[in-house]
Amino acid sequence: MTTHEQFAEDLALYALGTLEGEAAVALDLHLEQCAACRQELARLQGDMALLALTTSGPAPPQRARQRLLKAIGHEPRSLRTVFLRRRWWTLAPVYASLVLAIFAILLWRENARQRDRIEALKADATQNQATFEEAKHLVALLTDPSAMHVTLVAAQSKPQPAGKAIYMPSNGALVFMASNLAPLRPQKTYELWLMPMYGDKPMPAGMFKPDPSGNATVMMPPMSPGVEARTFAVTIEPEGGSPTPTMPMVLVGS
Amino acid sequence: MAELYDRYAALVYSVALRVLADTGAAEDVLQEVFMQLWRHPASFDARRGSLGPWLAVIARHRAIDALRKRRPQTDLEDVVIAIEADLEGAAEGSRAVEKVRASLHDMPDKQRIALEMAFFAGMTHTEIAAETGEPLGTVKTRIRAALLALRRALNT
Repeated sequence: MTTHEQFAEDLALYALGTLEGEAAVALDLHLEQCAACRQELARLQGDMALLALTTSGPAPPQRARQRLLKAIGHEPRSLRTVFLRRRWWTLAPVYASLVLAIFAILLWRENARQRDRIEALKADATQNQATFEEAKHLVALLTDPSAMHVTLVAAQSKPQPAGKAIYMPSNGALVFMASNLAPLRPQKTYELWLMPMYGDKPMPAGMFKPDPSGNATVMMPPMSPGVEARTFAVTIEPEGGSPTPTMPMVLVGS
Repeated sequence: MAELYDRYAALVYSVALRVLADTGAAEDVLQEVFMQLWRHPASFDARRGSLGPWLAVIARHRAIDALRKRRPQTDLEDVVIAIEADLEGAAEGSRAVEKVRASLHDMPDKQRIALEMAFFAGMTHTEIAAETGEPLGTVKTRIRAALLALRRALNT
């Protein structure tokens, strides 16, 4: 006798819920491991269902329906789709739509975040553009030969060559403006020098030629940052500049 | 839920009434079965069979529990129903029920009585043996043979 045959009659009692004691425990254990017996149990429960379906009688009273609906009203709970005779795959489109909807919401939020970032960047860019325009106008004013330069000196004195250097040692930024410079001979150039604070030799700080009115500007020549300047000086050098200043100095800082 | 009730209440009620022979008690079972379905909709899984037969078996178990005045013995999720015949359509369903009734009618009285005592009265085979004065083994065999006869009736 195989195990299944041995359990066959017990299975019917088990399905009916009337198997008791050791036999029920033994069958419980066996069912956990035996798919064939689980399948047979399901069939026996199917047979029981057939028997149940043969019952007939009066319909339940209307009040039973009202009682149930009232009880349900006190326990609101959404009906799940498992009630319906559906297989999981019939719900696949629903799941897919849900996933898509969630994905769409995430995308929409991400989009909104990116839009905010773009707005912020645009505002920054507008600000930067304004600063840049201002700087450009300033530089154009300082360097345009057509700009009017007026040097104010003490009344009744004759205008002399003069220069003003604005220097920031920390980043090496330098602007130099000169006026009333004498015209240069051919093959000559004016050269600006930075005289370092601590004994080093003068460092070239840009060459320039004055316009016909004697004005000249040096804007932001390439300078190493961090050099402390004692003063600035201007000399006349051969075209192309010199490694060291050629005396005499045309202008020197006071 | 109202829709499910309208479709299956008569079945659940008639099973409960057949077991309990008391309309009030049968109404209680009817209420309990549908409330359980409402509270634990996941306990019924379409893979466990179709809803009508499943509810019929649950109704029987709950009615027996009520009859024996005991706490529910069967876990809803343990009730898995396999019926090979198609009961889905109304016509198929009623034809199947007719076949099963015919099979009950045709089976030996002792077999049918043993099955009905076990199914509708919730009697154990020991109790049935004591009641009918037959050996335990015979009772067991009769009950199983009767259930198998119902299954066969559908396949003919």
